[in-house]
Amino acid sequence: MAWAGKILRVNLTEGTCKSEPLNMEWANAYLGQRGLATKYLTEEIDPKVDPLSPENKMIMTTGPLTGTCASTAGRYSVVTKGALTGAIACSNSGGFFGNEMKNAGWDQIIFEGKSPKPVYLFIENDKAELLDASAHWGTSVWDTEEAIKHNHGDPQIRVASIGISGEKGVKYACVVNDMHRAAGRSGVGTVMGSKNLKAVAIRGTKGVSVKDPKRFVQATNDAKKVLAENAVTGEGLPAMGTQVLMNVINEVGALPTRNHRDSQFEGANDIGAEAMLKERESDGKPNLVTNAACFGCTIACGRISEIDRTHFSVAERPEYQIISGGLEYEAAWALGAATGINDIEALTFANFICNEQGLDPISFGATVGAAMEMFEDGVLTTKETGGIELTFGNAKALCDIAELTGRGEGFGAEIGLGSKLLCEKYGRPELSMTVKGQEFPAYDGRGIQGMGLTYATSNRGACHLRSYTVASEILGIPEKTDPLESDGKAGLVRAFQDATAVVDSSGMCVFTTFAWTLEDFAPQIDAACEGEWTVERLLEIGERIWNLERQFNLAAGFTGKDDNLPARLMKDAAKTGPAEGKTSGLDTMLPEYYEIRGWTPEGVPSNETLSRLGV
Amino acid sequence: MQMTLKLFASLAPFMPEGAKDNAVQIEVDEGTTINQVFDRYQVPHKMAHLVLINGIYIAPADRATRALVEGDAVAAWPPVAGG
Ligand code: SF4
Repeated sequence: MAWAGKILRVNLTEGTCKSEPLNMEWANAYLGQRGLATKYLTEEIDPKVDPLSPENKMIMTTGPLTGTCASTAGRYSVVTKGALTGAIACSNSGGFFGNEMKNAGWDQIIFEGKSPKPVYLFIENDKAELLDASAHWGTSVWDTEEAIKHNHGDPQIRVASIGISGEKGVKYACVVNDMHRAAGRSGVGTVMGSKNLKAVAIRGTKGVSVKDPKRFVQATNDAKKVLAENAVTGEGLPAMGTQVLMNVINEVGALPTRNHRDSQFEGANDIGAEAMLKERESDGKPNLVTNAACFGCTIACGRISEIDRTHFSVAERPEYQIISGGLEYEAAWALGAATGINDIEALTFANFICNEQGLDPISFGATVGAAMEMFEDGVLTTKETGGIELTFGNAKALCDIAELTGRGEGFGAEIGLGSKLLCEKYGRPELSMTVKGQEFPAYDGRGIQGMGLTYATSNRGACHLRSYTVASEILGIPEKTDPLESDGKAGLVRAFQDATAVVDSSGMCVFTTFAWTLEDFAPQIDAACEGEWTVERLLEIGERIWNLERQFNLAAGFTGKDDNLPARLMKDAAKTGPAEGKTSGLDTMLPEYYEIRGWTPEGVPSNETLSRLGV
Repeated sequence: MQMTLKLFASLAPFMPEGAKDNAVQIEVDEGTTINQVFDRYQVPHKMAHLVLINGIYIAPADRATRALVEGDAVAAWPPVAGG
């Protein structure tokens, strides 16, 4: 029936692991993964809890299709109250961990309380136990993963862990699985660290059953054909990866540069997909080694890279002269354009460190960008930075600060506060490019108007993956809209938000939506899950999830006033490119958005909306 | 007149000699259209999926008629996406 039907409840305070049946009524209303875990979280915690207190819970969650033969069906999410934001957090990851968890027979693992000492959870199918992690505490993600596999004598174990940054309370620590795949945003790894939980290691061999196997194979094959025949998912993404966007977004004038001071980066072509393919003068090799796929994925957008061995970052460091997870667009933007650095080898090194120590490269790079602006303004000096010349464009400074932040040491501990707290601490809150405490990703809301509304209304703080209207506004998927126009964006954002909530709850990857619509998801879900799963039902589930997340945030203390953008985007017009002279049209988009959502003018879901959706 | 041609991703191999960083300055006649520029460098029209003039999107239907002016920058990509 696709869902395993079982939840593992781990009480870290008491050191117990208990199995309990999945609430099928909730599964039918929220599908799985993001939606279902959010339902559990909202039922089980007070939204006002301190995210780093034992009263907060952390849920690792799969979708009904995770672990099946559907394309990209290896996804899992980490759902909790976010350490960075204090809002609902749901961070999604690929790799192979989600598949292993589902194949061990678990839909979700709910972690509660706080362990008195460092532990890791070890699962072998039905058997689950908490083991001593004191030998791993203080070590990186990479060392932890390797050591756990070695100690259990099983290289097929899949591990999700935190690095030193998560132990040290860096606010945007992530949970990294399979060495370089991450549940990246909102500080879910910080919550894990606060519970003294170093890692989760799983071996699962039970298989996943579906409602109608014959129809399921047919439906998933049909859907794979759509991916293969689509030029984006069949050719573009495997060949160039997400990094191909660097030049696109720069050309349309929406590449936030130097902490959003500019919206075009003169070094864009040095740090994008084309640069990753260029043969280096030193060794004749390109930065990119190959592409890679997560479990069961027929797209394979992942980047695997090797740093130039003569580059200053690794010349004396053989441990980093390796082949590992390379730059994706978001990471390259945050580490590069946001900091004004066009040295792709330095960005790749900083990205390796983010993977090794479990840092969200978006929040890290964006926070460094804000610190660089304060440094140039004289608010920060080498006295605060410990001697680091934190000027825009300084590649060496980026590499040094990445290592310090990864270990939560020196000025790295301050960068680990995130842009909002850092800028507030030094009296320049207006320089923090955040919404609800979370740093913007790689699109400027002045040049792509829908993204401004996307960030302002995202339930987990500024995020592109809650409603990726770039697909429509820039790439013309499913149909082209004008990125400079704010009219009509409220409806577009809402439609993307609801559909994405469904995809994030299914066990499949959101990148399929460059080719698939819900018309492609529905037959796969319907063949796998008990009951009848139509597009209409899925859309209602998406809307239900969105409203449930909103209710959590309102109960946590957020209001409509937090659906806002920094003054820089609202008042300072873009200086160059097609968006020159433009600010964000949020003021007109937001009231329309509330109305379309069935919310009050203050941004509160009306009783009618809530009762229609059964929230 | 002078204009800039930029070809990215799998269109890069269609760039003429002398191109640097996926861009090249070229000389064209007044009134030249985008499709005429593509034809000159054998860029298959179907592969030029996303086409911008000075960062502004140009729909496929307009590429045969829209006349370029001095200083325009035409940028083109095959079907691409990211996240
Ligand atoms: S499309 Fe990319 S991120 Fe998504 S599952 Fe495939 S390889 Fe992983």
